[in-house]
Amino acid sequence: MGKKYIEVAAYFDTEGKIVPVMFWWDDGKSYQIDRVLDIRRAASLKAGGTGMRYTCRILGKERYLYYDDFTNRWFVEVPDKVS
Amino acid sequence: MERIILHCDCNNFYASVESLFNPKLRGRPFAVAGDPDQRHGIVLAKNYEAKRYGVKTGNPLWLAKQLCPDIIFVPPHFDLYMNFSQTIRNIYYEYTDRVEPYGMDECWLDVTGCVPAFDGGKMIADELRERIKRELGITISAGVSFNKVFAKLASDYKKPDATTVIPYESFREFVWPLPVGDLLFVGRATARIFERKCIRTIGDLANTSRETLKSWLGKWGEVLWLYANGYDSTPVARFGSQPEIKSIGNSTTLPRDLTELEEVKITFMVLSESVAARLRKHGFQCETVQISIRGTDLSWIERQGKLEAPSCDSTSIYKKALELFIKNWVPGKPIRSLGVRGCNLSSRQVCQLSLMKSVQQIQRREKIEEVLDGLRFRFGNKIVVRGTMLADKSLSDMDPQTDYPHLVLSTVHSQI
Ligand SMILES: [Mg+2]
Repeated sequence: MGKKYIEVAAYFDTEGKIVPVMFWWDDGKSYQIDRVLDIRRAASLKAGGTGMRYTCRILGKERYLYYDDFTNRWFVEVPDKVS
Repeated sequence: MERIILHCDCNNFYASVESLFNPKLRGRPFAVAGDPDQRHGIVLAKNYEAKRYGVKTGNPLWLAKQLCPDIIFVPPHFDLYMNFSQTIRNIYYEYTDRVEPYGMDECWLDVTGCVPAFDGGKMIADELRERIKRELGITISAGVSFNKVFAKLASDYKKPDATTVIPYESFREFVWPLPVGDLLFVGRATARIFERKCIRTIGDLANTSRETLKSWLGKWGEVLWLYANGYDSTPVARFGSQPEIKSIGNSTTLPRDLTELEEVKITFMVLSESVAARLRKHGFQCETVQISIRGTDLSWIERQGKLEAPSCDSTSIYKKALELFIKNWVPGKPIRSLGVRGCNLSSRQVCQLSLMKSVQQIQRREKIEEVLDGLRFRFGNKIVVRGTMLADKSLSDMDPQTDYPHLVLSTVHSQI
């Protein structure tokens, strides 16, 4: 498994809380995040990194989006060949 | 009173951070190297695989390469280590304000009074290990004892990812057989003096007379004698003291303007539960509840009221908030945002018993809510919800585009 950085559009509230709204794959396709089910700090051993982990429902499936708050980048875990 | 001191030490700190970010390094011998391109570079840190070849921190790189021909050198990322260090300390501060860093990757924590008995120290240590592993992806070793010196000894005792406890009752059996060099502040020079005097274990040191040690090492000899006998009483310093928390509050801007009392009740319940949970997390109770209301015409009021007794259960806070609301807001006047805040905080007295029936009732509710905290921590916030929150489906259901009620829940934010 590897790490893939993605472009994300997110909602910032007035207290600085961040909730992702949609993201783009590098083929240009966009995906809407239907719902954020959980937010917590977590490490990803597979991708190699840590940050705020958002459990998102996207097209009926649950996926993790990580927000690396050290470098202000979003990443996902992907199988090695895609990374 | 017997103290409960933790010493937490990140295992191979620099190397662990590097291998988290670079999965390809895992399982292979590598070292974080200062100036890997230069001939005078040295090993700043190494992983367990490199350690197995005899590579030591401080080795010149050419020596490390000789000891372990397959070794990989990676450059250091100090910013990253600093960030990890700070994030880990912030986790410690969630348990106690007495956190004393010792270098970048070690800390002492005084958790006396945070748990009812000495056994609780191990529970906190185990929880910290799990949390840091889960949240940061690196491991720590934790030592639990009744003073700093033995807590440090305990965290060194078993690595990686382990908790070692040295209780007062059995410290002699545990500590005294260990080599004297394991004791904090017994450096190489002191160890050599001890060797000449046939002092090999900490027990040998403890059983040498204080006067004799003083004649060998001066005041320092006396200090070491005290340490070996478990008399270290130095406090865990409050380092870079945290901003003092004066109140804990939550507020939310509503998805739509509220006019109905039922809607206000649900919102207050959500906010009160969150305030109460955070009070408990920080070990506080509040004496005063404050509400804030913003109308659609941008009118803004804040009102306060005292609770019957200091408490940290959501029902007490909710009831007071609602009472204040009913007293101060014109019924039906549309509301844009609501806030609830606990003020006049004091430390929570966990075991304080009261004969007053109402206080007993509050304490019972607090206990129930603590169980709920545990359930929510383990299974997520939605595992248990109040009946009231289901009463208005429009405030708990949603579709992706107008995902507001969900945002209501997730914008319940901290205002410490
Ligand atoms: Mg260490």
